[in-house]
Amino acid sequence: MIRTVDAAKVSDTVAKLCVEANFKAPKDVVDALARALRAERSPLGKDILRTLRENIRIAAADKVAMCQDTGMAVVFLEVGQDLHVAGGALAKAVNAGVRKGYAEGYLRKSVVDPLTRANTGDNTPAIIHTEIVPGRLLRITVAPKGFGSENMSAIRMFNPTVSRDQVEEFVVGCVRDAGARPCPPTVVGVGIGGTFEHAALLAKKALLVPLGEKQARADLAAVERSLLAKINALGIGPGGLGGATTALAVRALAHPTHIAGLPVAVNICCHALRHASAVL
Amino acid sequence: MKAKKLTTPLTQGKALSLKAGDRVLLSGTVYTARDQAHKRMTETLIEGRDLTFIPPGATIYYAGPAPARPGRPIGSCGPTTSARMDAFAPALMAAGVRGMIGKGERGGNVVDAIKTFKGVYFAAAGGAGALLARRVKSARVVAYEDLGPEAVRELVVDDLPLIVAIDAHGNNLFERKKR
Ligand code: SF4
Repeated sequence: MIRTVDAAKVSDTVAKLCVEANFKAPKDVVDALARALRAERSPLGKDILRTLRENIRIAAADKVAMCQDTGMAVVFLEVGQDLHVAGGALAKAVNAGVRKGYAEGYLRKSVVDPLTRANTGDNTPAIIHTEIVPGRLLRITVAPKGFGSENMSAIRMFNPTVSRDQVEEFVVGCVRDAGARPCPPTVVGVGIGGTFEHAALLAKKALLVPLGEKQARADLAAVERSLLAKINALGIGPGGLGGATTALAVRALAHPTHIAGLPVAVNICCHALRHASAVL
Repeated sequence: MKAKKLTTPLTQGKALSLKAGDRVLLSGTVYTARDQAHKRMTETLIEGRDLTFIPPGATIYYAGPAPARPGRPIGSCGPTTSARMDAFAPALMAAGVRGMIGKGERGGNVVDAIKTFKGVYFAAAGGAGALLARRVKSARVVAYEDLGPEAVRELVVDDLPLIVAIDAHGNNLFERKKR
């Protein structure tokens, strides 16, 4: 049987998630910052980590966004194939929600036309990724993405004969070149395989995997560990002021690719790794 | 290490007393400006006109704050990436700007200008917009209102927590710390 969800309900939920994601840090990030503070030896690095923890507390208390760059709203929709959205187009409903959430939450409107640079005024359009899944539910994840870190991301189409070391050097190189700009400590999302655009999407999705969650593939887990060690050996540290905590985590996702190539994408996210989900 | 109290406007003497690595609590007036405002300010200077809204010895804060809730002076207000302003910063320093607040490293041209004009570059904690907003006591737009979050705002701040990242002697925390 087909289940019906009202488009207005979708809008309200998206609005709520935009606000929640910006005011409240996910628990895994809070825990990772606490662990980093215990491990960090650099005095200025510790200072920054303490400030970031205090900032998370103040944001929740004052109902103020953790970071003024409240991002471009990236919205993941998992739509059950036995679900029907009534009362309007789904994408329209999502954008109405973003408009509402960014107004009601006093969030910054950072979206502009790419050519004229004119601000759209309401932080729309959102970037919407829709997937049709079995079932009758609608899962919505809002992940506002700041551009200090988004700008430091990269994709590379490798030859199939590339070594693992070369791939890792590409990822580490992105983080090295980014330096202090993406507000370290960061979380580094890596997408390996698929096609050009799919690798980028994998890298973005990798950022949504809870930080403590066990990586399903042992070989991929080894890549994540190796990358994290190399990245934290760079010494960039919190705020780029030196230290052992350049990244809180590296998360990788893989997908089968073509015999002729190996796309690898790196999506860097700051410690403000914001995301909030709801199921309708 | 205890934080040094510092008030605006910054004088040459004050700038010279600061060392890279110092923690500072800044009080007084700072001016927000980011990409588009920098572009416009530089155009004004190229046309040979003065920047009337920015007094000599001013400190510029690379920030585009989130809107204020009713009853509050400002919304979330942390630093943006300073490197994007590198191309414009030396011209502004030549026109009298002495301090800059932002996040991340600066280009060699900016380090040189800081030395030449006896300025200072402060790092604020990137992503700590809610915490930094609490230190802002008032805000008013003084130029380019049409730019929205990118307008130039005069902020009165009280104990804004900063770290001296590049000092007037040319010491650069990012150089030293990056191995
Ligand atoms: S990189 Fe992240 S924490 Fe830094 S300013 Fe941008 S959104 Fe905020």
